[in-house]
Amino acid sequence: MASAEEVAKEAERRDIRDRWLLSAPALLVIFFAATGPLLIVLVYSFLTPGPYGDVKWHFSPEAWISVFMERDIFDDTLSLAAAHVTIFWRSIKLAIITTIATLVLGFPTAYFMATRSEKTRDLWLFLITIPFWTNLLIRTFAVLQIIRNEGLINTVLLKLGIISAPIQILFTDTAILVGMAYVYLPLMVLPIYASMEKLDFRLVEAGYDLYATRFQVLRRIIFPLVKPGVIAGSILVFIPALGAYVTPSVLGGGKNMMLSNLIELQFGQGRNWPLGSALSIAVMVIVMVALLAYVRNAGRSEVRHG
Amino acid sequence: MKSGHKNGVIVPEQPGRSAIEVRGVRKVFGTGESQVAALDTVSVSIRENEFFTLLGPSGCGKTTLLRLIAGFDFPSAGEILLHGQDIASLPPFKRPVNTVFQSYALFPHMTVAENIGFGLEMLGKPKTEIKARVAEMLKLVKMEALSGRRTSQISGGQQQRVALARALAPQPKVLLLDEPLSALDYKLRKEMQIELKRLQHETGITFIFVTHDQEEALTMSDRIAVMSSGKILQVGTPWDIYDKPAERFVADFIGETNFLTAAIANIGNGKARATLKSGATIDATVAEGFQPKDNATVVVRPEHAKLTSGKGELSGMVENIVYFGTDTHIHVQLDSGEAFTVRQQNTRSAGCGFERGDKVGISIGNDAAQVLRD
Repeated sequence: MASAEEVAKEAERRDIRDRWLLSAPALLVIFFAATGPLLIVLVYSFLTPGPYGDVKWHFSPEAWISVFMERDIFDDTLSLAAAHVTIFWRSIKLAIITTIATLVLGFPTAYFMATRSEKTRDLWLFLITIPFWTNLLIRTFAVLQIIRNEGLINTVLLKLGIISAPIQILFTDTAILVGMAYVYLPLMVLPIYASMEKLDFRLVEAGYDLYATRFQVLRRIIFPLVKPGVIAGSILVFIPALGAYVTPSVLGGGKNMMLSNLIELQFGQGRNWPLGSALSIAVMVIVMVALLAYVRNAGRSEVRHG
Repeated sequence: MKSGHKNGVIVPEQPGRSAIEVRGVRKVFGTGESQVAALDTVSVSIRENEFFTLLGPSGCGKTTLLRLIAGFDFPSAGEILLHGQDIASLPPFKRPVNTVFQSYALFPHMTVAENIGFGLEMLGKPKTEIKARVAEMLKLVKMEALSGRRTSQISGGQQQRVALARALAPQPKVLLLDEPLSALDYKLRKEMQIELKRLQHETGITFIFVTHDQEEALTMSDRIAVMSSGKILQVGTPWDIYDKPAERFVADFIGETNFLTAAIANIGNGKARATLKSGATIDATVAEGFQPKDNATVVVRPEHAKLTSGKGELSGMVENIVYFGTDTHIHVQLDSGEAFTVRQQNTRSAGCGFERGDKVGISIGNDAAQVLRD
């Protein structure tokens, strides 16, 4: 007869097997839905562009070369693709500034929400999520209405006599930045709030009690303890900001292209699907490398706390 | 502007002066209709180098008073003086006062040593001094071996010691302790009681200790303030509080006691003659502030009365006998209708000598009764 221990082990084994079997359909769908399209993009990036879009099934590394290099039309020599590098750099720069801007605005907001009474906290949480109810395009046009030359800001400033001619905000990097900071702010606030809500505010009192000023308490106690939220928020803002499409095309006016606009161009007017695919993969690699570096760096002094 | 030490809060200590002087402090929470007075015009003077306990049930305002002294809340009215200087409006980081929190509130992202050194670091002390002081503190609370541990990796009792060391490290003028032992199990609590007394003795710092545990208060304190509903009812040594309670609440809250109605006469010199319902007359001490009236309440502790089979000042019938190991409680229904409990020390050789239903007398010694003022 099997001992009780063996029976228990067998039951546990069966339990684990059953769980895998039951979740297998969902896991398969998720696996193929996630990797399938990416594989197609990867394959396309090594093919030759067709004359009317689409691809010809000939292997060619040309698309990958064109990501950062430019082939001279006459003598076939390669040189750095200045336009691409500029767009890459601008996109990364804007995504980083957006992340910092949302952090600067979002951190105090999350702190404010977390220090409210339990009842009002839900109300603030609800208010933060309201923008999500409206279509992104409409929200972006709303920002456009505010910052355009005949918009709210310029009209008010002109009426007050502070400026004599409208300030050109629209179709500049500033416009893109304002738009992205507005759109992505909730993505920063929510994870920081989630960390902040768990923060034991008696620790803050203990800090004050031990002669720490308000700033020292913020830097030495609050910030280290809500760091997981800050990291999560930064990731949630940085990734979509780097790939943002609607905001730069509406507020940047197509003049200040970002990565996603460049990629879109290849699949549209450019009729160069392989280059579009190669650019997409390149962006993905940049994001992954940046994230790994960031999480590693942030995680070094990071402490688990529950 | 880092610390109170640099802001001239500290004045040289003068013997016999009070460390903390609370004058007419009120604390009101909320506004309008929902307004609640957590502290109702409290005044108390806490001496230097004293182990002072604020004792009372939860919601009596003892923690509120402690938080006002620490600076986490500010009084609605009144003054709080530290060595003669008003500190009521100073933020906590400018007061040379440290707190041991009920939940310990240790910083989870720092090691034991970093926790202890935090206050000194914030005061801007040089690194070498911090290191030496932390080592000294670790030794004081016997935690040298665990200095590099995270606070989540040590036991509750050890966390308690770290919290103590952290609060003592900056050498505060006054140490505030907010029910620090309530989370510990019985045996550990007993150990820490002795430990706290030792630390107070060794450091010479004034301790203000908040507890709802009367036994803790009696065994540890130099003086106790008994609080209820935002007021201080009585301040005195443990002996005063136990043997000479001023009010019914104090007598009832601390230890067990018998309440008897009596007519009071011949008041003078803190003494009076009390005529009990049984007709017997006994000598009693009178609570301070007693206003002469016809009928007052007299209290007698169960261990200060003696049960006899003969006659006593009181008489009645044994209703119940409860054995406690060290002693036996005998509940008597008095002929006057009142209830009375006598505590009798047990011996090995004999039982308590009485049985349920016995007719008994109770004799009350000359120095056993106290007349309450309410």
